[in-house]
Amino acid sequence: MNRILEKEFISDQVFRMRVEAPAIAAKRKAGQFIILRTSEDGERIPLTIADASAEEGWLELVVQVVGKTTKEMSMLEEGGSILDLAGPLGRPTHIEKVGTVVIVGGGVGIAPAHPIAQAMKNAGNSVISILGGRSRGLVIMEEQMKAASDRVMITTDDGSYGQKGLVTDAIQKLIDEGLKIDLVVAVGPPIMMKFVCLLTKKYEITTLVSLNTIMVDGTGMCGACRVTVDNKTKFVCVDGPEFDGHCVDFDEMMKRQRMYEVQEKESMDRFQS
Amino acid sequence: MEEKKLTPKERLQIPTQEMGEQDPKERIHNLKEVPFGYTPEQAKLEATRCLQCKTAPCVAGCPVEIDIPTFLNQICEGDFKGAAKTIKITNILPAICGRVCPQEEQCQLGCIVGKSLKTVDKAVQIGKLERFIADWEMEQGAADTPEIKAATGKRVAIVGSGPAGLTVAADVRREGHEVTVFEALHKPGGVLIYGIPEFRLPKAIVMTEVENLENMGVEMKYNMVIGNIHSLDELFEQGYDAIFVATGAGLPMFMRIEGENLNGVYSANEYLTRANLMKAYSFPETDTPIARSKNVAVFGGGNVAMDSARTALRLGAENVYLVYRRSRIEMPARVEEVHHADEEGVQFLLLQNPVRLIGDEDGWVKQMECIKMELGEPDDSGRRRPMPIKDSEFRVDIDTCIVAIGNSSNPLIPDSTPDLETNRWGNIIADDQTMKTSKKGVFAGGDIVLGAATVILAMGQGRLAAAAINEYLKNGEW
Ligand SMILES: Cc1cc2nc3c(=O)[nH]c(=O)nc-3n(C[C@H](O)[C@H](O)[C@H](O)COP(=O)(O)OP(=O)(O)OC[C@H]3O[C@@H](n4cnc5c(N)ncnc54)[C@H](O)[C@@H]3O)c2cc1C
Ligand SMILES: Cc1cc2nc3c(=O)[nH]c(=O)nc-3n(C[C@H](O)[C@H](O)[C@H](O)COP(=O)(O)OP(=O)(O)OC[C@H]3O[C@@H](n4cnc5c(N)ncnc54)[C@H](O)[C@@H]3O)c2cc1C
Ligand code: SF4
Ligand code: SF4
Ligand code: FES
Repeated sequence: MNRILEKEFISDQVFRMRVEAPAIAAKRKAGQFIILRTSEDGERIPLTIADASAEEGWLELVVQVVGKTTKEMSMLEEGGSILDLAGPLGRPTHIEKVGTVVIVGGGVGIAPAHPIAQAMKNAGNSVISILGGRSRGLVIMEEQMKAASDRVMITTDDGSYGQKGLVTDAIQKLIDEGLKIDLVVAVGPPIMMKFVCLLTKKYEITTLVSLNTIMVDGTGMCGACRVTVDNKTKFVCVDGPEFDGHCVDFDEMMKRQRMYEVQEKESMDRFQS
Repeated sequence: MEEKKLTPKERLQIPTQEMGEQDPKERIHNLKEVPFGYTPEQAKLEATRCLQCKTAPCVAGCPVEIDIPTFLNQICEGDFKGAAKTIKITNILPAICGRVCPQEEQCQLGCIVGKSLKTVDKAVQIGKLERFIADWEMEQGAADTPEIKAATGKRVAIVGSGPAGLTVAADVRREGHEVTVFEALHKPGGVLIYGIPEFRLPKAIVMTEVENLENMGVEMKYNMVIGNIHSLDELFEQGYDAIFVATGAGLPMFMRIEGENLNGVYSANEYLTRANLMKAYSFPETDTPIARSKNVAVFGGGNVAMDSARTALRLGAENVYLVYRRSRIEMPARVEEVHHADEEGVQFLLLQNPVRLIGDEDGWVKQMECIKMELGEPDDSGRRRPMPIKDSEFRVDIDTCIVAIGNSSNPLIPDSTPDLETNRWGNIIADDQTMKTSKKGVFAGGDIVLGAATVILAMGQGRLAAAAINEYLKNGEW
């Protein structure tokens, strides 16, 4: 039952976990996610399916430790198991041959960007991937992204690896090179997605973003995940997680993500002591 | 028996038996069930009030037509086991229905005793007696597993484990078919688990009913979001011969007023799911958080609104306002719930309607603006239409707001099943006698067909569907 096949830290705060889930592995498409729960009193948390093998029946999750549940999950070992795992959830990424696609992955967002890059490439697109992180240790999955892309650019805030700067600088560079970009897909922290969208809007480049709102059920029943897109309320778990980035109200979304800040800290402190 | 010799007049003189209840001041600090239930003596006395009418209007008022006079008579005779049998012929979940049915609009509405005493409040307390019998049976230990007919080799998939799905599982399994229930969440029961709070329906009861089904050989599969993990066509390919879709209502509705996406604003589904299914009332011992509120506004006047308001009190809120645009008599909630909410200190803001929510700089709700209403001419539903009174807006400080104005239908299954017809609200269209849908082999029932309904109506549709499924599996005719 959802046996953990592999677990390994790929940077300070990020680990990847391979979990047995044959039915989901057979069904999932790029852009979809799962919801899991690690213990009887645990929280349900959504995680993108970063990779999967239908033949071998596993899913790969790449997770950043940010609070109690991800911490607890990071302490599970190979041979253990995940109590509950439901999916695949959300609508798959719309994959189509459009020409040149720029995939932007920020931090742990590189993991969910990976299957999208793969699928876009398989559909015959020219794929340029931009990987961004605050510092060297936060740029993950470089090898896999190289395999899935025609070109990879790396930026770090502190210049410890790749170009010093933000992912938006790299996009700007491509535009300045005169490259015709047909589509941008951005996955990462909301603040990154917001600034990518501000830039691409200026150049009228269609931009998809994958939103990571707070969720409970993931089936459209509760409305915890709602966001405003084009002035309408949408549910990320059933209408998304991908949306036209130029229509998303990122400021509202960022505020909503902080809804349980105080409780999250309390839960983490309690867990650590 | 001595009781038998009582004249109708004497029976009418027996006072209505009240259940003991937790003190409102105490119970708002715990999650334990509010009413204690009848003692055997009380149950017998209450059942003695029944006049054993030949016409039995009570039976006609019950959506699953329980043979009420018979089971009441069995209670009088002390034959509790027999009473349980009688009830279970048509209702497999009496411990639940006895607690949550709107009896005053159903079985108890037409009761001759109530009519003679000129108030439905004094009708024979059929629901309470049903609860008594079901609880008595549970106390005796595991219920007898009903007889299962010889295996037929046919397989039935049930999507959703709410009252509709559970009813069909029992009725179809009894005929000897193999039954698998697919549930999206990690626990069974649907609204019975994630929506209706512990203090009104102890979860242990629901879990016992599910165990009984498992003992009958029904297979429960959790974390299975049908439509995503398997489409209905794929279930047929996997060898299921018939499918019953009972996915419940789904998507919560909002008021479409300014400020509804502010922090601190919940759908009732989210608030109750966090509190019940995810046990947020025990946070931080459990991991799922919920707002710690001082001043809570709940919008709506149904059972869901009452449950939300009473849950907020138990989570420590100082003021809970229930804002409803009509007056108290129009509230769709069960009378008992309104009464309990009132006793517990929920403040009713009647004939008022929220018009917007006002937030602070950090995006948290801090006030609601409401407008006063008056009742005008009756509308299509026969209820008087509430009309806003000009310039009567006022504001109230709040830090949490719970919107309990209903649900629309969940799109996951219709979207993945193009040949399944839905109406313009997205509800699955099913024949009202056989629950057959537009797709061969697929039946549907409960809230996904009815829109928001009740537990017993969902079960009633389940019974119809089960009969039709058993028939279909026998002769293959669609
Ligand atoms: C569709 C989707 C895909 C995601 N994919 C990934 C992924 O591949 N890898 C990854 O590391 N993270 C991913 N996330 C984010 C991940 O779900 C959260 O980091 C996780 O829930 C944090 O839980 P926690 O208890 O460790 O932290 P907490 O201390 O509870 O919270 C820390 C942060 O996580 C957010 N969060 C808390 N609870 C939830 C919740 N139930 N749902 C969503 N966010 C929550 C909070 O807003 C806060 O910013 C995804 C989120 C969504 C919605
Ligand atoms: C808070 C609240 C209080 C209520 N109080 C009362 C009351 O006092 N009396 C009364 O009679 N009625 C009450 N009701 C109404 C009553 O609960 C419902 O009418 C009844 O539960 C409907 O039953 P159902 O089986 O159709 O669906 P539900 O109980 O909604 O169950 C549906 C199940 O299907 C699952 N599901 C959904 N989609 C999928 C999918 N794609 N794949 C797999 N599984 C899926 C859901 O997770 C859920 O478990 C209340 C409702 C609420 C919300
Ligand atoms: S099932 Fe409901 S309506 Fe029928 S007798 Fe019982 S309480 Fe009354
Ligand atoms: S209507 Fe009332 S008095 Fe008559 S049989 Fe039914 S419960 Fe008894
Ligand atoms: S997470 Fe509940 S509706 Fe999206």
